[in-house]
Amino acid sequence: MSDHVIVADNLKKIYQMGDVEVQALRGLSCNIDRGEVVAIVGPSGSGKSTLMNILGCLDHPTSGDYYLDGEHVSDLRDDQLANIRNRKVGFVFQSFNLLSRATALSNVELPLRYSGKRNGRKDRAREALTAVGLGDRMTHKPTELSGGQQQRVAIARAIVNNPAIIMADEPTGNLDSKVGQEIIDLLLNLNKERGTTLVIVTHDPNVATIAQRIIHIKDGIVDTEAA
Amino acid sequence: MTFLQVLLEALESLNSNKLRSGLTILGIVIGVAAVIAMLAVGQGAQDTITGSISGIGTNVLFVFSGNQQEEIRNPRPLTIQDAVAIQDPFAAPSVKAVAPILQSNFEITGGGAKTNTSVTGVTPSYAEVRNYLVTEGEFITNDQILGHASVALIGPETAVKLFGHSDGLVGESIRIAGQPFRITGVLESKGGGAMGSQDDVVFIPFTTAQTRLIRRNNPNRVDLIFVQAISADEVRNASDQVAQILSTRHRTEIGKNDFTIFSQQDFIQTASTITGVLTTFLGGIAAISLLVGGIGIMNIMLVSVSERTREIGLRKALGARRRDILVQFLTESSLLSLIGGLIGILFGWLIASAVGKVAAATGNAFTPSVGISAILLATIFSTAVGLFFGIYPANRAAGLEPVEALRYE
Repeated sequence: MSDHVIVADNLKKIYQMGDVEVQALRGLSCNIDRGEVVAIVGPSGSGKSTLMNILGCLDHPTSGDYYLDGEHVSDLRDDQLANIRNRKVGFVFQSFNLLSRATALSNVELPLRYSGKRNGRKDRAREALTAVGLGDRMTHKPTELSGGQQQRVAIARAIVNNPAIIMADEPTGNLDSKVGQEIIDLLLNLNKERGTTLVIVTHDPNVATIAQRIIHIKDGIVDTEAA
Repeated sequence: MTFLQVLLEALESLNSNKLRSGLTILGIVIGVAAVIAMLAVGQGAQDTITGSISGIGTNVLFVFSGNQQEEIRNPRPLTIQDAVAIQDPFAAPSVKAVAPILQSNFEITGGGAKTNTSVTGVTPSYAEVRNYLVTEGEFITNDQILGHASVALIGPETAVKLFGHSDGLVGESIRIAGQPFRITGVLESKGGGAMGSQDDVVFIPFTTAQTRLIRRNNPNRVDLIFVQAISADEVRNASDQVAQILSTRHRTEIGKNDFTIFSQQDFIQTASTITGVLTTFLGGIAAISLLVGGIGIMNIMLVSVSERTREIGLRKALGARRRDILVQFLTESSLLSLIGGLIGILFGWLIASAVGKVAAATGNAFTPSVGISAILLATIFSTAVGLFFGIYPANRAAGLEPVEALRYE
């Protein structure tokens, strides 16, 4: 178990939509190894986003056990989950989600502010921005950066706290294919250099092919796993 | 996050929407300015009134005929004999001086001008009891009382009205209701008062007033008796002693006096109660505008929360706890109201001093005073308004589910 960074066992998620119960996950189990690059694919409505939210500690499963980096997180309280997200998970979103009024540096610094660390925040944020190749754009605001550069800032923000996993939700969805490839290369590089586990949720078959393992989700359970 | 950082971030966010923040602040500015100005005006009115009552003299009692509290049949008027009886050092050891007066308004001519002024028949002790001093000449003397002399002292304001100046007037003559009087002194200025100017007066010997000007049905009648106690501690005793003497003389039933004794403290208390009610009333109306300002803050914070739903979701995804979000939005709303409060204090102070200027220009000595307590009150109150009206929006922001918030368009 020590080499599994993610252990999900029999996860169920039921949404109550009025009188109708919707089962988004129906007893899904999967393991992800430390340092692995995994792509989660599946048609829309398959429960892929729900899985991503639970694996990213944004949501609670209705039942089932989930261990992230050795911690049993499936029944933690909201504030404890926030703490786990802060320390162990780095998010990369399709639409970047940067604060438009803050500089690249402040954006990258944001997770550190919530982790209660007081010293060396600026240095670590600079280091992360340099690692994604934006060492010369630190004081630029998101509106002054291209889409690819914005996603790089988002990636720098994801790695600044040295998380156990990076959850990338359609990271290339808003980028053209060339820039998208650059972003994928950057993520793979970070995976190689830092050994950070990378989980990519995507529609794009091209993106999925770079993964060491592809998990197909269908109707709330793992359909196939392909290496 | 450190407090400084929270503060900087809140400022940054308010700064990113200047017009909106400015208008919200304006609501608080108006509210706080109104509260400060109203409290200042109320306080100024109170100061002026109590000041003028204190200016009447020191440790003074007012004794007048009649009883406001109870129906008294056939009240006997106060007489000069009553005044003499009060002066008895054995029956009234706490009384230092007694000054009965007769008072009425007359037309006065002199120096080619004409004016209407209150004419008071006084005794020599009046100067002591009422703290009147003369700038030239001398006060009414006992000889003048005995001789029913046709002499008068005039107040500086009356002097200016008649002669255009208030010096070198001793020896001039004036006519009161047509009768000639010689000026023997000019009073020193005491400043304006709540009960008419204390400088626009004419004093004549009591006996002269009694026999020649102010005729009452009872020839011995006096309008008012001023009694001065020997010290502030003895005012209460003096009041009791005077009441004792008068009720014996008037043979009144116990508890049914046909006269009323008022001390300066009573007057000040009554006046303070009235101005206090006035101040509370004005302040209350002003506080409503502060309340409206607070609702403005709440409104704008609600808009801000729904506009920034994605931002809140992102912050939560990055590890912000419920409390972090709560503090962030509460800081913003408190900052809005605190800034508004500070500017409002400045404006309120400006309004108050403008009111003071206008009052001074129209001849009323009236100084609105902005007290430290009013400033503290306004600052604390406005911040509290911001906090209070910020709680609901901030709570709403803090309670957002990260998943929902991130998906929000």
